[in-house]
Amino acid sequence: MELRVTDLKCLRGGIPVLEGVSFAVPAGQALILRGPNGIGKTTLLRTLAGLQPAEAGEIAYPAEEGAYASHEDGIKAALSVRENLAFWASVYGRAMDEAVLAAFDLVELAERPAATLSSGQKRRLGLARLGVIGRKVLFLDEPTISLDRFSVKLFADFLRDQHLAKGGIAVIATHIDLGLEAPELDLQPFRAAPEATGGSHEAFL
Amino acid sequence: MIALLMRDLRLAVRAGGGFGLGLAFFLIVVVLVPFGVGPNSDLLAKIAPGILWVAALLAALLSLDRIFALDYEDGSLALLATSPLPMEGAALAKAVAHWLTTGLPLTLAAPALGALLNLPGPSYSFLLISLLIGTPALSVIGTFGAALTIGIRRGGLLLSLLVLPLYVPTLIFGAEMVRRGAEGLATATPLIMLAGITAGAIALLPFAAAVALRINLR
Repeated sequence: MELRVTDLKCLRGGIPVLEGVSFAVPAGQALILRGPNGIGKTTLLRTLAGLQPAEAGEIAYPAEEGAYASHEDGIKAALSVRENLAFWASVYGRAMDEAVLAAFDLVELAERPAATLSSGQKRRLGLARLGVIGRKVLFLDEPTISLDRFSVKLFADFLRDQHLAKGGIAVIATHIDLGLEAPELDLQPFRAAPEATGGSHEAFL
Repeated sequence: MIALLMRDLRLAVRAGGGFGLGLAFFLIVVVLVPFGVGPNSDLLAKIAPGILWVAALLAALLSLDRIFALDYEDGSLALLATSPLPMEGAALAKAVAHWLTTGLPLTLAAPALGALLNLPGPSYSFLLISLLIGTPALSVIGTFGAALTIGIRRGGLLLSLLVLPLYVPTLIFGAEMVRRGAEGLATATPLIMLAGITAGAIALLPFAAAVALRINLR
C-alpha cells in the first residue's frame, strides 16, 4: 500500500492554489506539509480526502482506507466522550476499542458530556476518533491545535506506535515539530501561477 | 445509517435538542385559531382539516434548519462525507430522524387537537391516516431543502421559502382527504396521490440531497 500523488492541481473557491504537486508516501511513513498560511495545505488535504475534486492530476491510495481530520473535531456536545467515539466506530462498522481512551488520556473523562471538556480535551477526543475508525491513510489538518506539550507527545506516540508501526500512512499539515521521523514537503514551490484571466475581475470592478 | 439515526434521535431528546418544539408550536397554533375565528363551531368544523394540516406543515418546517446546520458547523458533516456511509444514506437517516422526532409526534397529537376545532366525528381516522402518510414527505423534502442551504448563515428563512412551495401538493391532498372524509365522500383519490408524493419523495430526494451536500462541502 502506498499513497501516490501525481501532478495534482487543486482549486479553492474556483481559484487554483497549488499545481504540479507530486509525491509518494510508502506504508509506515508520514509526510509533513509545510508552508505559510494560505498556501493551500487545507485545500490539498481536502482534495486528497475526496471532499473536493482535483482539477488535474492523480491521487492513488486504497479508497476504503482514507480518513480525514479537519480543524473542527466533529464532536457532539450533548453526547459523552464514550458515546462520541462509539458513534464513529459504528459508522465505520467497527467495535469500540477501549484502549484508544487510554492512549489519548481520556479514561477519566469517558462518561463526561463533551460539552464540559476544555478545548484541548475536545481536540484529544477528536484525534481519538482516528484510533477507533481503523483507517490506514490519514489526512490530518493541524492536528495539534490547542494541545499542550504532553498531549502533543501522546498524539505523536499514537501515530508512531499505533498507526505508522502497523503500516499506516499519514499526511499532516502542521507548524510545530511533532517529533516524528518524517520527511517534510514545502508547498511553496507548487504555488499556482495566477491565471491570465484571474486578474481581470478587479479590472471589471 | 442506523448509527447516525440513533445518534440523531439521542441528540434530539437531550438538552437543547429541540425535540417537542415542533409539537408545542403545533399545539399553540391550533389552540390560537378558535380565539381568532370566534366561537362558531360550524365554521371551525369546516376549516379544521385545513388548519390542522397547515399547522402541522409549519411545525415540521420549524426544525428543518437543524437537520444539517449543526453537523456542518461542528465539522461532523465533512467527517461523515469521508466515511464509508454514503451521503444518500446519511440524508435518508437524517430525514427518518426528523420524521420520528417531528412528523410522528404531530400525527399522534393531531386527533386530540381536532377535538379543539370541533372536527366532525368520522374524519378523525382520515386525519390520522393522512398525516401518517403525508408527513414523511414533509421530512424528506425538508431534508433536501436543508442540504441546499447548509453553509448559508441565517439560512432558515431561505430554507422556508424554498421548501414551502414544495409542500403545496402534500398539503392539498392531505387536507382534501380529511375534508372528503368529514363529508362522507370517497377518499381513495387524495389518499393515492398523497401516498404517491411521499413514495416519490423518499425514492428521489435523498439522492438530490446527497448531491447538494457534496457540492456545498467543497
